[in-house]
Amino acid sequence: MAKTDTLQGSLDLLVLKILSRRPRLHGYAIMSAIQDVSGEVLRVEEGSLYPALHRMEEAGWVRGKWITKDSGQRARVYELTAAGTKQLDTVESRWHAVTGAVNRVLQEA
Amino acid sequence: MSLVSRIVNVFRDGRVNREIDEELEAHIREAMENGRDPAEARRAFGSALRHREESRDIRLVPWVDSLRADAIFGWRQLGKNKVTSAAAILSLALAIGACTAAFRLIDALLLRPLPVANAGRLYEVSRRVVFNGEVRTWDAWAYPSFQRMRAAVRQQAELIAVSTAAPVDLTYKSDEEMEKACLQYVSGGMFSSFEMRPALGRLLTGNDDLKPGAHAYAVLSSDYWSHRFGRDPGVIGRSFRLGNRLYEIVGVVDGPFTGTQPGTMVDIFVPIMMHPSVTQDDFQWHQTLAMMKPGAAVEPVRAKLQTVSRAFEEQRLRGSIAGMPPAIVRAIFDQRVLLTPAAPGASQLRSDTRRPLEILGVLVGLVLLIACANVANLLTARAAARAREMALRVSIGGGRWRLVQLMLVQSAWLAFPAAAIGGAFAWWAGPFVVGMVNPPNNPARLLLPADWRVLGFGLALALGVTLLFGMVPALRASTVDPVRALRGDEDPHSRRRLMHALVAVQVAFCFVVLFVAGLFVATFQRLSHQPTGFSADRLLALDTSARRPQPQEFWDQTVEHLRQTPGVEAVALADAPLLGEVGWNNFVSIDGAPPNGVLVNMLSVSPGWLETMKIPLLGGRDFLASDVFPGSALVNRSFARTFLHGENPVGRTFEIVFSGNTRLRFRAVGSVGDAQYRNSREPMSPTVYVPFHYLEPNGAPGKRPYATLLVRTAGAYPLALAQFLRREVAVAHPEFRVSRVRTQLEINRSHAVRERLLATLALFFAVVALVLASVGLYGVLHYSVLQRRREIGIRIAVGARAGSVARLVTAGIAAMVLIGAAAGLALGIASARFMESLFYQVKAGDLPMLAFPSLALLVAALLAALPAVIRAVRIDPIAMLRVE
Repeated sequence: MAKTDTLQGSLDLLVLKILSRRPRLHGYAIMSAIQDVSGEVLRVEEGSLYPALHRMEEAGWVRGKWITKDSGQRARVYELTAAGTKQLDTVESRWHAVTGAVNRVLQEA
Repeated sequence: MSLVSRIVNVFRDGRVNREIDEELEAHIREAMENGRDPAEARRAFGSALRHREESRDIRLVPWVDSLRADAIFGWRQLGKNKVTSAAAILSLALAIGACTAAFRLIDALLLRPLPVANAGRLYEVSRRVVFNGEVRTWDAWAYPSFQRMRAAVRQQAELIAVSTAAPVDLTYKSDEEMEKACLQYVSGGMFSSFEMRPALGRLLTGNDDLKPGAHAYAVLSSDYWSHRFGRDPGVIGRSFRLGNRLYEIVGVVDGPFTGTQPGTMVDIFVPIMMHPSVTQDDFQWHQTLAMMKPGAAVEPVRAKLQTVSRAFEEQRLRGSIAGMPPAIVRAIFDQRVLLTPAAPGASQLRSDTRRPLEILGVLVGLVLLIACANVANLLTARAAARAREMALRVSIGGGRWRLVQLMLVQSAWLAFPAAAIGGAFAWWAGPFVVGMVNPPNNPARLLLPADWRVLGFGLALALGVTLLFGMVPALRASTVDPVRALRGDEDPHSRRRLMHALVAVQVAFCFVVLFVAGLFVATFQRLSHQPTGFSADRLLALDTSARRPQPQEFWDQTVEHLRQTPGVEAVALADAPLLGEVGWNNFVSIDGAPPNGVLVNMLSVSPGWLETMKIPLLGGRDFLASDVFPGSALVNRSFARTFLHGENPVGRTFEIVFSGNTRLRFRAVGSVGDAQYRNSREPMSPTVYVPFHYLEPNGAPGKRPYATLLVRTAGAYPLALAQFLRREVAVAHPEFRVSRVRTQLEINRSHAVRERLLATLALFFAVVALVLASVGLYGVLHYSVLQRRREIGIRIAVGARAGSVARLVTAGIAAMVLIGAAAGLALGIASARFMESLFYQVKAGDLPMLAFPSLALLVAALLAALPAVIRAVRIDPIAMLRVE
């Protein structure tokens, strides 16, 4: 599969899932994690990651925090909130429902 | 992040931007650390600016952000033209302040519901009488009639009787220090109908309505308790003496309730049973209010009240109809009972001032509109200068609504500071105006709370004004055609047409305000120069009372004592001063004939009263010490004209008809000049003066508990003697107390208080309107000269004379002024019909009344036009053309 944008609406799911496994990641690390875990199949459009992160922060699913790295540079890292965990459950189960249904259609046909 | 933090972010917008940028930069850095090519990383990242904008809109509230930007921009614009901005803000502030002050008065007096439960179900019971073709509404009732009505409608409504609240003299201590308090007699059921609770002790109840004279209890208002007793709980059980009775204070009302008459704040409530006239069926003296039961219909109650009232009158007059003119008997029986909503209370001040306040409200509204037109013109002119800026904004993608918002925010920058200044002005002006309506010794006290109602009004006004003067320029600015505006060939006339139309409107309103002000000023002048028939110079009226009625020789001794006092020119006694708003009147029978329906005024006066008042004796003689009531009388010229066909009255006898058809015989011993009796608006009317000395029906000499001593002083400042005379009266007879000292001049003037108020305020508004309209006119002319300076320069260069340049500049405006003045004239004459009842010997069509506003406007217009014309004539064509 060539370089594709993430499936419509799945960016939130991917970010929340990554953060649930590995808390306190900055934007670049989240992006790299998505690429690594998906075996370079899924690529996040780099710039749009940040508005998405800020929107989720606004919605109260993730919490952003400035930290100083060992190199002395500042980075903004994100972690899941309680509301974010709940949201992840909702989105994940919806995802399973939809993909399951799509798979059933593909198998039947 | 909550909405609050997003709004807060709007105001720390720099920090939000910095944080977003830093985060995005960190991303690129991270990419490079991971060995990616910087150029590739940036390309993959996309437009950092776009991402920042997107994130920013999430972090804060975009519309608040745009408002903030507009506000800052508006503030800078304001600072750019400091003088014009300040002028606009101040003129608006004046208008808004005047409006708010007027609203405070109107609200307190006419609109605000009484602070009682269920004020919406409160009605006033009054009667409409048609007599001699004149319709009058009476609100006074006799208590026995009230009792029957109350019993008749008990199922549907609770009737409440309240006397007119009036200042009384009372003492708390034995040391006989008299003081004034405002007292109201109320039926005991009032407090429970209003669902009031005592702050202390108990309130009056139905049990205080049982036996005349047997319930000497008093309840204080919370306000009086505070300012007289400093909220001392020990006040319960204290007593005060009023007249010859001792009253015990049993409670204090909780809350701000101070009686049912806006304009009068009651200090002390006493049971209506304590009123001396509570058993009299022919003396109508108290108001009646009705608190309807929930769900009760008004009309059936009204009908029932009318039936009961008529039955009562028929029974009362059974014995005396014979002595009365049939027209009056018919009028009494045909009177219609009215139930009118009285949620804001019911008072004389209310009905007297309703019309004047409404008129002032309209005038002040017109002034506000004139100010708004000024600001609208200012903004339009300013927008003309900024047409290119607007066009630029449109062409780089500024939405039309965004431009409207920008212009409106700028208007708000003018309106809200103006509202704030205006509010401060109203704060001061409201009580000031109430002070002006007041006769100094009987102050109308009005609660003027500045609460959410006033605040809400002020805010609504500011918003309304913003929309009013901001909307037109805003919409114009938003519809700017960028191509034409940037090329500089926008149609200049359309803007000027708008400004000219506003000038016409301003002139019309200004004319109306001037016209109405002229009418009120003329009314006040005619009224205060009305001949009174007596001389008020250096004359003092000393209201004097005693605890118990005093024999007449004591009164005479007091007069003698004062006559010996240095600084006193003349002294006399009467039962009241002339024009003192109190009086009594009766029918007259000549040669035993039935009365002709004209009432004569009556006044008891002592010998020497004529001389003290300087009323001329036309024939016969003054009273002597031996003259008594009934017996001798002095009659005035109007009496002779009305009852004796103008013949010499001296020596004639006539009968005065008292209630119950009792007739007393009098012989006129003197004929005197006319003098005003009760109200200076009324024409001179027939008056009979009777001797101060009177005999009881059994022939015994009468006693009096109070009278007015009239003292003409030698010095030019009569009030300087007031304290001294007070003491001398007590020296002359220790029982006597002077409860009130007034100059006769002050009594006379109190009749024109309303007219003075109207004239002063209307004149003030007229000056403001004239100034605002002139400033507006000046501004528009100035703008149009500025706009046409190229054209004028060319005309001058090709030989136009000064006269034709002036004509060119002013022609359009002059036509607008004429159109406006004509419209104002029509509007003024049409509206004058609604104010006729307030005029005195003044007609709207009188030539001087029309000439005054026309002249004032003409002069103002000329003055306003002069600077612009001079500027136009002085344009130097060479300099002008060189600039181009």
